[in-house]
Amino acid sequence: MAFVVLSAVVAAPAHAHLVETGFGAFYDGIAHLAVTPTDLLVVVALALLAGQRGTRAARQTVFALPVAWWVSGIIGAHWPALAALSLLTTLPFALAGVLVALNAKVWDAGVVAFAIAAGVLHGLTNGATLTVADSGGLALGGVVSGIFFLTTILSAEVVALPTGWPQIVVRVAGSWIAATGLLMLGWLARPMP
Amino acid sequence: MKANMKRWERYTALGAVLLALVPAIALAHQETGQITGFLSGFEHPISGLDHVLAMVAVGLWGAVLGPPAIWVLPVAFPMMMAVGGLLGLLGIPLSGVEIGIAISALVLGAMVLAELHPPLWLAAVIVGFFAIFHGHAHGRELPEGTSALLYSFGFVVATGLLHAVGILLGEAHRWPKGRQAVRVGGGGVALAGLFFLWRAVA
Repeated sequence: MAFVVLSAVVAAPAHAHLVETGFGAFYDGIAHLAVTPTDLLVVVALALLAGQRGTRAARQTVFALPVAWWVSGIIGAHWPALAALSLLTTLPFALAGVLVALNAKVWDAGVVAFAIAAGVLHGLTNGATLTVADSGGLALGGVVSGIFFLTTILSAEVVALPTGWPQIVVRVAGSWIAATGLLMLGWLARPMP
Repeated sequence: MKANMKRWERYTALGAVLLALVPAIALAHQETGQITGFLSGFEHPISGLDHVLAMVAVGLWGAVLGPPAIWVLPVAFPMMMAVGGLLGLLGIPLSGVEIGIAISALVLGAMVLAELHPPLWLAAVIVGFFAIFHGHAHGRELPEGTSALLYSFGFVVATGLLHAVGILLGEAHRWPKGRQAVRVGGGGVALAGLFFLWRAVA
């Protein structure tokens, strides 16, 4: 756990999108996840949701999200035109945030289906971006590894949280993510001056 | 010892959740202006005293009402505030925004002063209703070259932290003198709301 905290702190001063970390494309991919708020928020929101819904949902989501992200990332890399999805990549984290805030009793299959849908949308965008940056599959591997790592840690911790304040903090975090998503939808849908 | 370790692990986990959000504040990205976006959004709710007082009052009132209102109100406010921001961004007009904001401080302060305990749903509706005005007022301005997403995130985080300040101050309500102090604080917010109302209609 201390390593997770340390990693999060260390990741904070990241200075560029698909920056060269100096460690190679794989680590550039991890950095990409860390500096892409839309991706980060959807992963955090889905991990919180999966953790809220219990061990089984969390275990399935931990694999479903990165795999869907990876597969669609490859598709996005081959057909980048599919990736103009700003509105669609905002919707998943807004919706996941709402579900977390409400502590909605979503079925396990529903959580997994949601994770797959979100993974597909974000993976398409990532694949296209990484292709443009000419980083190839290794960078996508870094992204997916980061997602797996973050989802696993967060969902496992949420599953283990006792009732009371710790679980309320999760719901508050969900409400913040949801509110951010709603505002972002407004920015995307606002009439152009 | 083992129990302490477990507790430590839980708090560390929550810290990890929050810290995982921090890397979003990166300096350069294909979406440029991330750090300025976050800071601009963060500054917005704390840049106006009327907003600050109303948001702190939400936390104060939640603390006075106790569980579950202590967390339901601060969850309801940002979400409804975002709905207000969404309306503003979509160009849907809302008349009397400044008046609504002033009345929010007046009403929420009065609730704390009078220690009113309405049903939870009613308290949430009151808070949610006023949150729409706050969101509408502040949800329209995005400084040039900033990240809209991080602007929104900073905006929401600042709002949540103001609620947290209110809750922390409101926890003094548990002690007799603290209770009086919280009520006085509520009265101060209500008076300030009255002043803002006078200024809005003048």
